[in-house]
Amino acid sequence: MKPFEQIVTEYGPVVLRVCRAVLGPQEAEDAWSETFLAALKAYPDLPAGANVEAWLVTIAHRKAIDVTRAAARRPTPVETLPERPSRIGRQEDWDGDLWRALKALPDRQRQAVAYHYLAGLPYKEIAALHGGSTDAARRAAADGIKTLRTTYPEPVDHREVAR
Amino acid sequence: MSTASDPTADRPLAEESDSITSASDSRTGRLFAALPVQDAPAMARLHERLIDRAQREGILDVAYRTLDSPVGTLLLAATAQGLVKIAFAVQDHDAVLRQLAERVSPRILNAPRRLDETSRQLQEYFAGERTRFDLPLDWRLSKGFRREVLTHLREIGYGHTESYAQVAAAAGSPRAVRAVGTACATNPLPLVVPCHRVVRSDGGAGGYAGGPDAKLVLLALETAA
Repeated sequence: MKPFEQIVTEYGPVVLRVCRAVLGPQEAEDAWSETFLAALKAYPDLPAGANVEAWLVTIAHRKAIDVTRAAARRPTPVETLPERPSRIGRQEDWDGDLWRALKALPDRQRQAVAYHYLAGLPYKEIAALHGGSTDAARRAAADGIKTLRTTYPEPVDHREVAR
Repeated sequence: MSTASDPTADRPLAEESDSITSASDSRTGRLFAALPVQDAPAMARLHERLIDRAQREGILDVAYRTLDSPVGTLLLAATAQGLVKIAFAVQDHDAVLRQLAERVSPRILNAPRRLDETSRQLQEYFAGERTRFDLPLDWRLSKGFRREVLTHLREIGYGHTESYAQVAAAAGSPRAVRAVGTACATNPLPLVVPCHRVVRSDGGAGGYAGGPDAKLVLLALETAA
């Protein structure tokens, strides 16, 4: 079994990317933290040969739901800020336009797009997460991507023009 | 230490039509280009937060860090009980971490703070300012006769040496000279448990887990003081 530090190094960035796509830049770090803490707790019992990335995305999926619910319950504005590293100036980590476009997608589509296109999860495993069929997961991802292409202005790619 | 892995590898359940992922679909890849693949400051922040939470919840079973020293880069590892392992660079730190994952727990994180005091005392030792260590030790990687030998080694004072035969006699088994050699060679806590102070009867330094040169450096350090 690999030391957990290696799991964080190998999969930490992709899980953060998925959390950002599903939750946006604000809540993504809370979801990442909850995911890796839960993963660390359960890690010794992970069967040998398990697909670690799919396992982490499964945990992240549940934590993202928890974080969304917690955010919905949280009164706004909060009286005292929770103790955490400042994120001021880090909002521009990535393009807010992409998040706006992703946020406009239905949850299922946004999750299917993130899990398949960012984490590389097969539709079958996404279906298991959502409790639907493999075809439904495939359709959700395809619909999501199709919408994104029209709502999100893709960066101009000169290679495409040259081709 | 990490090996960049293909996210689509090791996925026997993947259907054929699913093998097209972001990596191979360049158009979709560009769509997400605004999402950084690597965000080092965010990862550093999240790593720190993970260590804090794991420590608080008591699930950081093994904390480790590295320390530069005159005998090369050392790997230091500690459980909640105390220092459990010191390894030299020649012992291959990645291999040592894998061993710790098997023999102690895979809940291992690079969490330097738990090793602040160990690092401080080792630095003082290498500077010639410290002649004995005062650290909680976790002996779980050493058992039976080997552990008895190592316990005795702590009584050999700074700047002194004993032969393998003397140590065998002190441990109550005068004929177990080779077993003493093995105990020293497999000492999980070198430097702090001073196996470098055990030398050959003919005056030679003998073997050392950190390499023969490292042993000479340590013996010279202690005689110079």
